[in-house]
This record gives sequence, structure tokens and C-alpha cells, in this order.
Amino acid sequence: MEVRVQEDDFDVGAETRALSAGRTDVGAVATFVGLVRGASDGVHSMTLEHYPGMTEQSLADIVAEAKTRWALLAVRVIHRVGPLVPGDQIVFVGVAGQHRGEAFAACEFIMDFLKTRAPFWKKEETPEGARWVDARDTDDDAAARWLDVESRR
Amino acid sequence: MTLTILYFASLREALGQSREVLALPDEIGTVGALRHYLCERGDVWSRLAPGNNVRAAVNQQMARDEAALQGGDEVAFFPPVTGG
Repeated sequence: MEVRVQEDDFDVGAETRALSAGRTDVGAVATFVGLVRGASDGVHSMTLEHYPGMTEQSLADIVAEAKTRWALLAVRVIHRVGPLVPGDQIVFVGVAGQHRGEAFAACEFIMDFLKTRAPFWKKEETPEGARWVDARDTDDDAAARWLDVESRR
Repeated sequence: MTLTILYFASLREALGQSREVLALPDEIGTVGALRHYLCERGDVWSRLAPGNNVRAAVNQQMARDEAALQGGDEVAFFPPVTGG
């Protein structure tokens, strides 16, 4: 499956290899892995809530949008939900293309749009209690810069 | 017109519910009108007022306040997303 939302962890190596398995037209694979950051913020665990149904649809829409911008050979997006602790993997984005340009660009594009459009919410547990993470303007800025860029190929 | 309304994350906690099915007067024809209608419940429901940074989706697609509503729609309200 191109898009998966799951509680279970994922194997970055296996997911990366799957992007080019059985084919010889792939010249570049770019991947991004997001982790739970903890130590400096005092976070000892977090819970990822999402909107089942809309989450999968929004991720599929983002992948489809990336495919209209770049010639991509394979894409895989995995996002975890439920309880997580610092150091855990949260998100995987892998993109295969013929050349590095489209692979790098599409990988970054998918993450920027995922951060601002996919309905996930983080709740952090800290020594002072639980708190919902606030959305950051810098994430909106990161997504907005793609709106006036046709392609960075 | 009957709608299913979902609430997520900090909004769900503040309102004390995650889902309700509401029979609405016909004049509630847009997301913005639904916000106003729910705000009239008072107290914590004022969080849904415009300007409080609560986003909306209709049938699982992000929607602006002018988006039209039809019977059977699934409407969701939630804070800005923080995944990734």
C-alpha cells in the first residue's frame, strides 16, 4: 500500500527496498524518517490522535498531488498513531524516481503538506502534565512555498 | 437536515464529546452557519467561533466556512494539525 496509518513500528530498510524491488528503472530513492523528540523538552511520552478515514484520504491526495508535479516511480508514506516515546519512529516518506532531483523534492513536498494538511494531533506527556502540541507557523510557511513553485526538478 | 458532527484533539476534550448526530433547521446551510449555531450553546462552545483557529472538514475534506452542507454530511471540527 502506498499510504498506511498504523500503531505498529516500521522497518525503514524494508520499506526503502520495497520502493525499487523488482524494477530497474529507478535511479534514485529519497527517504525521510521523523522521530519523537524528547529529552530537551522534558517529554516522556506522547499520543498521536487522528481522524480515521480522512487521514488516509488526505495522505493519498498529497501523494497524488506530488505525482502531478514530478515523474515519480513509487511512493510510500507510513504514519504511526497511538502511544509513542522519545526515539520512536513516527513517520516514513519514501520516493523513487529516475533521478535525485524529483526524489528529493517530492519527499520534502510530501512532508511539508503532511505537516499542514493531514489530520493528526500530538498530545505530549511531561512532568508538568499533558499538553496538546501547538501548530507552528513555520510549517505553514514551508507548505506555502510550494504553492507558487510549479516544480523544482 | 441531519448531520454527524465529529470533534478531535483539544477541542474534543474541551467539549467533552467526540461525536454527535444533530437534526438542524434548514437555514443552517454552511459550515459557518453551523459554527454559529453551535456557539449559541454558550460556555465552551464559543471555541467554535470564527477567529479561534478551529478548522473544519466536510465529508473528510478540509472546508472553509462558506462550504455548503447537505443532509447526511459528516462535519468535523478540530485544531490545526500537528502530525509528522
